[in-house]
Amino acid sequence: MSHQLANSFRTGPDERGHFGIHGGRFVAETLMPLILDVEKAYAEAQADPAFQAELDGYLKTYVGRPSPLYFAKRMTEELGGAKIYFKREDLNHTGAHKINNCMGQILLARRMGKKRIIAETGAGQHGVATATVCALFGLQCVIYMGATDIERQQPNVFRMKLLGAEVRPVTSGAATLKDAMNDALRDWVANVHDTYYLIGTVAGPHPYPTMVRDFQCVIGDETKVQMQEVEGRLPDSLIAAVGGGSNAMGLFHPFLDDSSVRIIGVEAAGYGIDTGKHAASLTGGKPGVLHGNRTYLLQDEDGQIAEAHSISAGLDYPGIGPEHSWLHDMKRAEYVGITDDEALDAFHRFTRWEGIIPALESSHAIAQAIKLAPTLPQDHLMVVNLSGRGDKDVNTVARAMGVVL
Amino acid sequence: MSTVTVVNRLETRFADLKKAGRGALVTYTMAGDPDHDTALAIMKGLPAAGADVIELGMPFSDPMADGPAIQLAAQRALAAGGSLTRTLDTLRAFRETDHSTPVVLMGYYNPIYARGVDRFAAEAAAAGADGLIIVDLPPEEAPELTEHLKTHGIHLIFLTAPTTDARRLPAVLAQAGGFLYYVSITGITGTASADEAVVKEAVAALRRSTDLPIAVGFGIKTPAQAAAFARIGDAAVVGSAVVQTLADSLEAGTVATDRTVPAVLGFVATLADGVRSARR
Repeated sequence: MSHQLANSFRTGPDERGHFGIHGGRFVAETLMPLILDVEKAYAEAQADPAFQAELDGYLKTYVGRPSPLYFAKRMTEELGGAKIYFKREDLNHTGAHKINNCMGQILLARRMGKKRIIAETGAGQHGVATATVCALFGLQCVIYMGATDIERQQPNVFRMKLLGAEVRPVTSGAATLKDAMNDALRDWVANVHDTYYLIGTVAGPHPYPTMVRDFQCVIGDETKVQMQEVEGRLPDSLIAAVGGGSNAMGLFHPFLDDSSVRIIGVEAAGYGIDTGKHAASLTGGKPGVLHGNRTYLLQDEDGQIAEAHSISAGLDYPGIGPEHSWLHDMKRAEYVGITDDEALDAFHRFTRWEGIIPALESSHAIAQAIKLAPTLPQDHLMVVNLSGRGDKDVNTVARAMGVVL
Repeated sequence: MSTVTVVNRLETRFADLKKAGRGALVTYTMAGDPDHDTALAIMKGLPAAGADVIELGMPFSDPMADGPAIQLAAQRALAAGGSLTRTLDTLRAFRETDHSTPVVLMGYYNPIYARGVDRFAAEAAAAGADGLIIVDLPPEEAPELTEHLKTHGIHLIFLTAPTTDARRLPAVLAQAGGFLYYVSITGITGTASADEAVVKEAVAALRRSTDLPIAVGFGIKTPAQAAAFARIGDAAVVGSAVVQTLADSLEAGTVATDRTVPAVLGFVATLADGVRSARR
């Protein structure tokens, strides 16, 4: 047992939230005591079987878990290589994996007696999921969203408002996810006593990267069981899109110690890595400190944070979760880039092949599968995380096609 | 490497003011705001206008502990070519004529980390920095920097907040040097103003735990507030109100005018009058 632990990729972080040099807690002093409170409350919740039982109940009857593991027969035949399965997080309530984490954190916020919830959102999926759980429990909800993202994700903005959330536009910087996170942190520091910050990805100050990972691990845990049921063994490869990296970490983490499983994270390469207009922090960035953690960041020589670019609002962030940075350093996972054009092409092909409109985020993972599957033998079992559905992206795709809706 | 033996200007200044029986006025301006030359002219004029300690902001793209006034100052500075290198240039130029006013560099960790903490500590000391405030570097993550700062005789100045409780305070004080910066409100810079009675109690509690001078900041906007808080603590820090005075003097929101330098220094002089009238 101890021998196995010593060689495990699943024991991190250390007690202060470090994954190698990454992670940690880099926040203003005003927030430190609050973040320590969150850590303590989370540790207590983890040790309380009633907490997990309550969460499991909501995941089953409200979120609709377990999500299916779907064999994509036509896509597999078209590509003529690996046998491709999709983990259907798009079928969750609210249409993406984000709700898994929101459900866990809202139960924690309730245990902590918090009455007001704030969150940042990029594509709007996390904002919608947060607004949803706030409506479910009758909590006040304020969502920070970049003005640029509000423009390109109108349907999700309207959904949040229908759910009773206040959506506050953020106009600083490029007015995208990074700037929304800055303003959410500013709100938290000013409203420390009654407010819970519900971070949507595996980033931020410890314990958020760990806590969000734990809540998302349901994806990988289910996949392991489901693959065992249908194929009687482990998958050979896992592919997931990585912005902040929560859907990917949720799928990857339960398999980290299964050395036969190849793990591939897909970053948004935007217009192409060499154009400088992308969101590939691992491929095109270097370690730095932002939003409470040390991790790979897109930045200039002076340490000023660069603007990210991706057609997918959910991947349009200049950083990445610290555990991904560590897995990259340790070479346990591979990280590759997919451009806007490749993602759009995958979006269209997958929609016609399988009758499923994927989110543009997930389309990056699909594009990598399209590249890789034909090079692999037919007995290779590949799992792609279909992290969200693409209804929210139809305006963006129409614009890319030159279609006026 | 040998430890610098020169007495730090912060210690000298606070000792002198204690003898004089008054608190210090600490002003914050952003390096490179709205442009390099104007910011330098302002900095050079601050001691004569009555600033006892100068905080020089290091512009950062994502100042998440700052309110709108300082966010915009950082954006202006960066748009005008500001950088950590230029900030150190400003300080070096200031030191050509001023050898006694303590200067504290204030900003966020990433530009320092990107430069390399050892290189930064050496360069900042050579440029004439006495202290450093890094808003997003709590004591738990600070040791990787403090060892280098110590070598070069620069104090790392820590913030404590109304939320910093008695259990946590020792961790903050363990590495704190120069002075202790009491953040008087739970919020970002330049927003609400604190209640005097509450601050008085908080400062009294801090004094039971530390002999460091205590500066009170965040939300101090007027000469009267500066006077009141400099009497309660050992110093009052005024940042956003100074930066906003600068912003109000600009043309099209970004370009310095003939009024910019005198407007800022004139406002600082009124703050200094307030602080100097508040003898203890």
